[in-house]
Amino acid sequence: MNPSQVNVIGMDLVAAVHKTGPDIATFVVSAIIIIAGAIGVVFSRNPVHAALSLVMTLFGVAVLFIEQQADFLAAVQIIVYAGAIVVLFLFVIMFLGVDRRENIAAEPLHWQRPLALVLMAAALAGVIALGVGSHWATGQQAVAGSTTAGGHSNVYLLGKSVFTTYLYAFEATAALLVIAVVGAVVLARRPSLPSVEPETDARGAAVSGQPGPDGGLHDAAPRGSAAQDASPADVRAGQSLVKEAGR
Amino acid sequence: MSIPGSWYLILAAVLFTIGALGLLVRRNVLVMFMCIELMLNAANLTFVTFARMLHDIGGQAVVFFVLVVAAAEVVVGLGIVVAIFRRRTSATADDLHILKG
Repeated sequence: MNPSQVNVIGMDLVAAVHKTGPDIATFVVSAIIIIAGAIGVVFSRNPVHAALSLVMTLFGVAVLFIEQQADFLAAVQIIVYAGAIVVLFLFVIMFLGVDRRENIAAEPLHWQRPLALVLMAAALAGVIALGVGSHWATGQQAVAGSTTAGGHSNVYLLGKSVFTTYLYAFEATAALLVIAVVGAVVLARRPSLPSVEPETDARGAAVSGQPGPDGGLHDAAPRGSAAQDASPADVRAGQSLVKEAGR
Repeated sequence: MSIPGSWYLILAAVLFTIGALGLLVRRNVLVMFMCIELMLNAANLTFVTFARMLHDIGGQAVVFFVLVVAAAEVVVGLGIVVAIFRRRTSATADDLHILKG
């Protein structure tokens, strides 16, 4: 069936009654890809294989986004998830050198896996029962704007919604991203300065006031390195925190 | 367009369940993070399905924000993993009881 025919007849009726071959084939193939990828993430011994299985699942979800006319989100799904997040995962896996197989069979709590299986089966059954009992989707339609208003494209409508209705949320995400970047830099920075002597602590004010041995070294260091741009007092405080945590 | 929304919702529920199961049974911190991504994707699929069923663009806008939050969460989480690895050379969640009271 072509899209114009769908619009003429009425979407709900057609969606409930008609099932065309290509749509069903797309859904079934995507569902198989999604489930197989998810099982691969959970049960693969090698973290690299798990990350690649995650890519498979993300592609399947993107296909289902396109199937449901969420074109922009499908593109973002591929670019952000498969292009950035999974690459970040792989980078960390290989950076840390944990890409070796682990023994999944070793399980310190022998009752945990059966309990997890039972709990998840119960949760799945409960969710599906709730969905069936409440006719899957109820409520007002098109509260924040229709997905097909005026025959505009999905990108147009989604952009209009994000930049008008959800403008404050959009600006909050900008702040969130900045905070995340700063947090990642702070967390991943290597505390590489040599440990500070106790007597230097005692005359810390004098050291920071005039160029002592530490200060001279600090001034002579090349600029641009994050660890050396930090003031000595900050680094000293961080090191004492780390020492405290180690005890 | 012609697939009923309930199929998508059941698929999303199954995907969420697999992700939650992996989060419960795996001990590798990185794999646990990937399972969280699976659960986020299941929620995203549900949002897009509801957006289609109710003809409401708000569902897709929410998915947009979920993507942003997921990216920020992964960045900070992997930063924490790298910081932990500096001190102890394992990625097992059982070893991370340093905050235990």
